[in-house]
Amino acid sequence: MIGVGGKIKQYSSVLDKPLSKGRQEVSLSAFAFLFSELVQYNQTQVDNIAELERRLEDAGYAVGARVLELFCHREKGNRRETRLLGILSFVHTTVWKVLFGKVADSLEKGTEHEDEYMISEKELLVNRFISIPKDMGTFNCGAFVAGIVRGVLDNAGFPAVVTAHFVPMEGQQRPRTTILIKFADEVLRREAKLV
Amino acid sequence: MAPVVPRSGDAVFANVERVNAELFTLTYGAIVRQLLTDLEEVEEVNKQLDQMGYNIGVRLIDEFLAKSNISRCVDFKETAEVIAKVGFKMFLGVTATVTNWDVEGTSCSLVLEDNPLVEFVELPDTCQGLYYCNILSGVIRGALEMVSMKTEVTWVRDMLHGDDAYELRVKLIKQVPEEYPYKDDE
Repeated sequence: MIGVGGKIKQYSSVLDKPLSKGRQEVSLSAFAFLFSELVQYNQTQVDNIAELERRLEDAGYAVGARVLELFCHREKGNRRETRLLGILSFVHTTVWKVLFGKVADSLEKGTEHEDEYMISEKELLVNRFISIPKDMGTFNCGAFVAGIVRGVLDNAGFPAVVTAHFVPMEGQQRPRTTILIKFADEVLRREAKLV
Repeated sequence: MAPVVPRSGDAVFANVERVNAELFTLTYGAIVRQLLTDLEEVEEVNKQLDQMGYNIGVRLIDEFLAKSNISRCVDFKETAEVIAKVGFKMFLGVTATVTNWDVEGTSCSLVLEDNPLVEFVELPDTCQGLYYCNILSGVIRGALEMVSMKTEVTWVRDMLHGDDAYELRVKLIKQVPEEYPYKDDE
């Protein structure tokens, strides 16, 4: 057999490889197919919805941890946000823009609780081609994105509980997805001292 | 109606909605890691990735046919070219080179010119038997099965294992004749 070398350059270690600029794209369907396999596989591994959400969140967490490292280095010149609002806007703006091609629709502070923030998206990318069967209740594949957010926050030193919820919108056929972020007490205590 | 003209991979890719490749890459990485944790055996992970790819392939072929306007290929050689130049391009934004044909014209190699799955990836010593991109072989096998071609798709070279390219071997096992559920004159 005649050997034909590929056009991809070889490096002795992945660390020698120059960091990509993050401009490369794949088709949305390729991602949608892959994501659907992720969800379907995890469905075979669980007994209930809560467990399924937890597993999707775990998968997302792993993405978030890497995203933080990569984006802080590439987009922020190795600077990492240390304040609450800074890291939230990093998630809402930088992370969203690179991963989903747009800034998130909104970032709001919870009105009832001091430690809650919400990132909302009218049509979350991962939910684009997903409809939830009636018997699966409030299940939201956005759990994966909630996991990404938690991965970013946790690894930046802002532990939080992050969950995804459908919120019905007046006059809209499809509900929007809200990613609810509830920071750990220690985060708020630290933040209060920093003023 | 104007005749339907097959579209090039570039043309289709330029017109479909696209997402950042890093989201795709990292999500795939998360899947592989989850499988490694759940299934423990690298061999099982290879199988599961192939199965996932197969599931994707059987669905993806519809979108491929609808968007590319490509109709029946005259022979397996054309099929391979179409996969390499249109199929890969339209979904992953990369192309492959078709090479190393056998004499019968039933098996060939696809050498990837780029591979969005492996950005940031390095295999640890414990995963040396892992075919990290095994999902791709499943996709090709699944998609071809839907257009009546039974194939066997295996990795020949894998840069994560120190080779100098990503090379998939596609072997046509048999062409399944199409069976219609009804006769035309009934």
